[in-house]
Amino acid sequence: MTTTLAFLGDFGDAIDYIFHARESQAGGSKVGGAELLPLIGTHLKLTAIAMAIAILIALPIGVLLGHTGRGAFATISISNTGRAIPSVALIAFFIAFFPQTPEFWNVTVALALLAIPPILTNAYVGVQQVSREAVDAARGMGMSGIQVMRRVELPLAIPLIFGGIRTSTVNVIATATIAPLVGVLTLGDPIISGSVHGRAGQIGASIVVAFLAVTAELVLAAVQRAVTPTGLKLERDPARFIPKRRIQTAP
Amino acid sequence: VIAVLAQLEIHDRAGDNDCVANDGICPGWIADNFDRYTTPLLQHLYLTIVSVAIGFAIAFGLALLAHRRNWLIGPIVQVTGILYTLPSVAVFFLLLPITGRGDLTAIIALVAYSLLILFRNFIAGFDNVPTETRDAGRGMGLTQNQLLWRVELPLALPEIMAGLRIALTTTVGLTSLAFLAGAGGLGEALFDDINFRSNVLVAGGLALLLAVVLDLAVLAAQKLLTPWTRAVGA
Repeated sequence: MTTTLAFLGDFGDAIDYIFHARESQAGGSKVGGAELLPLIGTHLKLTAIAMAIAILIALPIGVLLGHTGRGAFATISISNTGRAIPSVALIAFFIAFFPQTPEFWNVTVALALLAIPPILTNAYVGVQQVSREAVDAARGMGMSGIQVMRRVELPLAIPLIFGGIRTSTVNVIATATIAPLVGVLTLGDPIISGSVHGRAGQIGASIVVAFLAVTAELVLAAVQRAVTPTGLKLERDPARFIPKRRIQTAP
Repeated sequence: VIAVLAQLEIHDRAGDNDCVANDGICPGWIADNFDRYTTPLLQHLYLTIVSVAIGFAIAFGLALLAHRRNWLIGPIVQVTGILYTLPSVAVFFLLLPITGRGDLTAIIALVAYSLLILFRNFIAGFDNVPTETRDAGRGMGLTQNQLLWRVELPLALPEIMAGLRIALTTTVGLTSLAFLAGAGGLGEALFDDINFRSNVLVAGGLALLLAVVLDLAVLAAQKLLTPWTRAVGA
């Protein structure tokens, strides 16, 4: 009985670690509780900067290529290669080859590179798959190329564009966990420095990282729903569409 | 473990070679020490193949279930979606009190991650089977099972294989973290000596190469299994 329930105790201890600071394993310093806040801060800062760089680079290029319909081969190659390169290897590469650069920036650049392929591919596919009829109608209304892109293609591509950003964000949050291996103290620190934080720290920090990733996914999904044009929502969400029709045809 | 790693590192870097001392890219060192990467590479391959194989089997079962009962697709995508969102490093340590450290923990986390990718592609494959083809099969008197194995699965194969390729390449990448769960792999070799460029190039390069080779292998298998797509392409 005690062995089967032992893991519950481990999780209880981990929850306690998240909410209350305690003495470190070897003593001499405080870990857990409020001490986690700077780690969460670095984790989020790293994620935010890397994502900002990735979006600024990948989104305009993806949208523009999708608009012109050129560069399909290049975009697909980039996304395939990007998936095959292990994130860990990319971080290690920057650390080993640019030892003069501060670790924080090496990790940030590696994470940004990691985040680019999904955003690029999804923006490209999203804009490219906008129906010819919609684009032709917009042109017929006298819109210029840039107007077509901003008022027609971009709104219709939002679900896919956000899909790419969500994938990348969750990926970057997950990968930022290993940054302490190269000296950048994120939420991965309690996980990797088990000898300082103990088992409760490892499990506790894992719970917080998992929570961050799921929260980011849910928040971005909510933002996506808020900015998706209503017409698209009706088209893609049959559950919403059917009741409306029923009301219309009800006696 | 740390003591063992430190020992390895000292042993690795032994030699009063200028290149090695300067963390350089040293062809001589790489040639002499290449056998050092055999075990991590094989561990990496083993973890990837076993995880994707188990993930494939589970996703196939779930897809068959959802194929007969369409309402299940939503809930399955949601549950596997959560598993996909959970960072693998976090899952390694969340499993720690239950399965401890080692291969099993790494494999469970990697399987959990691959399910969404594989399941979604199974369903996309089934969706792509034209209704006319299904009707033709039924008209020929095929039972539900015969229809599945002789008509639907073969026609769904391109999407299923595409999912397998994505799952394999992403799993190779994630397996680089399996050393945190105590399962070894190329990630361990990589972080043994992260400042040494030769080591980073060989360990990282091998992981990349493994992903590319597995990807091409599935692509070749797909070409063999779907001869009709070649005929159409030509």
